[in-house]
Amino acid sequence: MNKIRASIKEFTHALLQINRTEAARILNRCYKSENDFCQLEQIIRESLDHIGTGWEKGIFSLAQVYMSGVICEQLVDSYLPQAAVGPKTAPKIAIGVLEDYHSLGKRIVSSVLRAAGYELLDFGSGLSPEKIVTKTIEHQVDLLLISTLMLPSALKVAEVKQKLQHAGEKIKIIVGGAPFRLDPQLGQRVGADAAGSTAFDAVSLIEKVYKT
Amino acid sequence: MKARTMTSFERVTTALNQREPDQVPLFLFLSLYGAKEMGMSVQKYFSQPDHVVTAQLKMKAKYRHDCLYAFFYAAIEIEAMGGEVVYTDCGPPNTGQPVIKSSSKIKTLDLPRVRTNRCLIRVLEVIQQLKAKVGTGDPIIGVVMSPFSLAALQLGLGKYLELLYFDRHSFRTLMQKNSVFCIEWANAQLEAGADAICYFNPLASPDLIERKTYLNTGYPIDKLTLSQINGPTAMHLASGMTLPVVKDIIDTGAAVLGFSSQDDLDQIKQETYPNICLLGNLNGLEMVHWNTDQARQQVRLIIDKVGPGGSLILADNHGEIPWQVPEKILLAISEAVQHYGRYPLDGNKK
Ligand code: B12
Repeated sequence: MNKIRASIKEFTHALLQINRTEAARILNRCYKSENDFCQLEQIIRESLDHIGTGWEKGIFSLAQVYMSGVICEQLVDSYLPQAAVGPKTAPKIAIGVLEDYHSLGKRIVSSVLRAAGYELLDFGSGLSPEKIVTKTIEHQVDLLLISTLMLPSALKVAEVKQKLQHAGEKIKIIVGGAPFRLDPQLGQRVGADAAGSTAFDAVSLIEKVYKT
Repeated sequence: MKARTMTSFERVTTALNQREPDQVPLFLFLSLYGAKEMGMSVQKYFSQPDHVVTAQLKMKAKYRHDCLYAFFYAAIEIEAMGGEVVYTDCGPPNTGQPVIKSSSKIKTLDLPRVRTNRCLIRVLEVIQQLKAKVGTGDPIIGVVMSPFSLAALQLGLGKYLELLYFDRHSFRTLMQKNSVFCIEWANAQLEAGADAICYFNPLASPDLIERKTYLNTGYPIDKLTLSQINGPTAMHLASGMTLPVVKDIIDTGAAVLGFSSQDDLDQIKQETYPNICLLGNLNGLEMVHWNTDQARQQVRLIIDKVGPGGSLILADNHGEIPWQVPEKILLAISEAVQHYGRYPLDGNKK
């Protein structure tokens, strides 16, 4: 157990330095000695989680969060077979960017969720409320994650909620992105079921919202 | 004896010089808000310099604040480079697809010349017309994106971060080009009549880029660029946290620091006074749902903690008042400044 703790520490350090060669070397070494994909998954997940929590506390930067995600995605692709860890298929989750064309928040949330073992549908960016509602119903989604960067787009979540209700759907909505982070009451005011201030909140919020 | 009322210009320069003016200067950064004032769409509003000039003067009188703001929208620099701008109702225009599609294009990238560029000339015309109307009574604020932050719009933030960490060579080439453009753009605005330049640079915030990387990458570019801008500058982190880089920013020679609602008021005063004037830090997003009492309390809090000794310009923390903020809140902010912001400050005022 101490060995894996040490690897997580070392791997986290390499990610924070944005050193992909070193990160790859550490994972490769762990895989060679243990031959265990689950352990690699744990190293990646816990390291990313640590970095995300650090961002929330103002210790690490968004660039470190994003670039660690980029490095881990590349590593996952090259070191792990696609289905090394069976993804969680329930609840059925989708993510999309409402109105805006800025997909970085969505990308970070998606990689965090995938690292936590969730499978999720990507509806893309620049979606109108009609479009996101149609897609949500069409794909029989249980939980809809919405990311926005601009305030007018964030305010349109109210329209999404209303349209889903009119269609008789009880799909839960979790929102996030800069406007929600900088105004913690905004999520509630637009009728979201929950609002996350960091990508890492997505994991706990999914568990919380889906249970209720 | 009651001190005479200062002009906005005197008020601001006194605060900049770390002295107490007649009252705390107030900058309401009203950009697209002018379209609301004029009752027209954002797109139509920015299509003609006259609209912006009329609205700026009307809003200056209505809200009794201390600057004229020549900012259109960040995406205008991208529009000037041939990029697309996407308009929305009741919100700022945004960039469409990134103008630099691949890092291999950076080497041959040609950035526009300011004085022959149709988009940028519109802004220069606004500044010239405002200057002709107000002379030296009211400060006119011009705006540029820093070379380091503009790249987020040129490439998209994700691709840009990958360039920054994995391709320093192309990063440096892009920064050299952006810096030349930024200096020319800022100086053209100063020559047109702007009194100071607001240099937007949220990527300098440790919220976005960790300090160590910033100091090795964007920081030298900022120092070089700012040193060649021929007028006072405000380094504005556009609501990104500033505290960990405050000392570095003071060393760039910027006269003003735009700070965040996430920065602690006591600490920021302590770390900046008397070396740089603070600009901020009302939370523009929360302002949307404040009542007038909350507006007053927020103004009072900042003035009480940061106002003593001068060196404070009260403003929102992002450099743009959202369309959704009700007019009555802006009026309440302005009234609160007249009430609580008179020097010498009296923390016991009801
Ligand atoms: C850097 C920045 C800029 C840079 C680069 C922008 C870019 N990304 O392309 C520059 C200077 C160019 C810029 C310009 C503008 N900006 Co700006 N900018 C910022 C800043 C500081 C960070 C934005 C960012 O990209 N962060 C990175 C992303 C990934 O972070 P994020 O969205 O917060 O996502 C994280 C979490 O929120 C979470 N998350 C995201 N989605 C979801 C979803 C779920 C379900 C969950 C659980 C979590 C989650 O995960 C992510 C990682 O943890 C913010 C303020 C701030 N402090 O955040 C303003 C901000 C986004 N900008 C804003 C505005 C208005 C603009 C302009 C329109 C200004 C103008 N009038 O021109 C322009 C538009 C530019 C354009 N595209 O055309 C406003 C938007 C709100 C509003 N007022 O409408 C903000 C919020 C500032 C503010 N305080 O008001 N900007």
